[in-house]
Amino acid sequence: MQQIINFLIRNKNFLLFLLLLFISLLLTIQSHSYHKSKFISSTNFLTGGVYGWRYSINNYFGLKKENERLLKENEQLRNQISRFTVDTSAAYIDTTSFQKPFTFIKTNVFKNDYSKMDNYILLNKGEKDGIEPDMGVITDKGIVGIVENTSKGYSRVISILNSNSRINAGLKKSNQYGSLVWNGKDPNIVQLETVPRQAILKKGDTIITNGRSTIFPRGIGIGTILNYKLDENQSYFLIDVLLFNDMTNIGFTYAIKSNDATEIKSLENLKTDE
Amino acid sequence: MNNNVLLYIGRFMILILVQVFILNNINFLGYLNPYIYIIFILLAPININKSLFLFLSFILGLTVDMFGDSGGVHATACIVITYLRPVVLRSVFGLSYEFQTVKLSKVGFGERLAYVTLIVFIHHIILFSLERFNFSHTLLIAKKTLFSSLFSIIVIMLVLVLFRRKDS
Repeated sequence: MQQIINFLIRNKNFLLFLLLLFISLLLTIQSHSYHKSKFISSTNFLTGGVYGWRYSINNYFGLKKENERLLKENEQLRNQISRFTVDTSAAYIDTTSFQKPFTFIKTNVFKNDYSKMDNYILLNKGEKDGIEPDMGVITDKGIVGIVENTSKGYSRVISILNSNSRINAGLKKSNQYGSLVWNGKDPNIVQLETVPRQAILKKGDTIITNGRSTIFPRGIGIGTILNYKLDENQSYFLIDVLLFNDMTNIGFTYAIKSNDATEIKSLENLKTDE
Repeated sequence: MNNNVLLYIGRFMILILVQVFILNNINFLGYLNPYIYIIFILLAPININKSLFLFLSFILGLTVDMFGDSGGVHATACIVITYLRPVVLRSVFGLSYEFQTVKLSKVGFGERLAYVTLIVFIHHIILFSLERFNFSHTLLIAKKTLFSSLFSIIVIMLVLVLFRRKDS
């Protein structure tokens, strides 16, 4: 017994080192798997508050640019409204606009990184503003990511520039779709995988969200095809997509709340239970 | 003594704030950031209590992780270099380390550069391999480690020269 205690005392630094190493490796490994990195995140009140403080200084410098973007978006929205007010009599389903009731919540970006392998974005709204995990996040130009982790006043978004992110996306022209991933190289280019080879592609074609999940409505822009090639098995296309968004400068975003999500999810669960 | 503790606490906080708000946003050439918060570990006194030192550097790394949403990457790298620091000190300074007479502000440029280079390099290798966490990116990790280390070493040496304490 005496010897064990002596051993512990003699090697206490090494044992402490091992313990701390174990904890930090655990945190590292957790951070590499989706939906598990909850302990160490920037949504806590200290880091969120400090980032908010920085944001309130920084946002003065970008006001002019953001105003221009808002004006442009206003113009676009006005055009859409005018189209609807002209023929209200015709009850048709517009396939280019959103098919389901979605609510949009405006948020500001407190922190955004893009130089790492797994990038996250911190938003200034949280549970008390109605943000929940698994909500989609977009800007006026295109998609940004999916909410992963929320606290009372802040929420953290898995950016599309994250190795854990997988988002359903398809071609605008046809109904073929694949999943959107990122290879960690260029923050303006993401990859669209598993598009079947039957798809007819052309450089410059538009890629949009295809509305197969409850996260994003159909028809939100993602980017244009920069390059494409067949994979090793010659069965799927690998497509490089040039994003509409400048991921290095996002500014303001909208979080999308799908009002039908719970209903759809309960239906899907019913099916798998049987 | 009291004065020194205050100095270390101040250094701890200033280094974290500078790292998180300024240096993490440099992204030189798209991906290069200097990591200078390890100056805290570089400049810790030679005869510091080792358990306390390990614990402090764990907190240091974890705070940077929290701000950067990077899990435990910085914390791991920090405690490894803290644990290996005596080895590096012994190999760089030799006898004067054994007698605990080393003062980083007094050693020659060459020895100081060797010390900083070794520590920074170990830190960056661990940092980037854990951040990528993927063997298929070995080349990218090597590239990032090399260039970021160069960047960090230059910035750290500059900071050490600029903020040298004149009285000691």
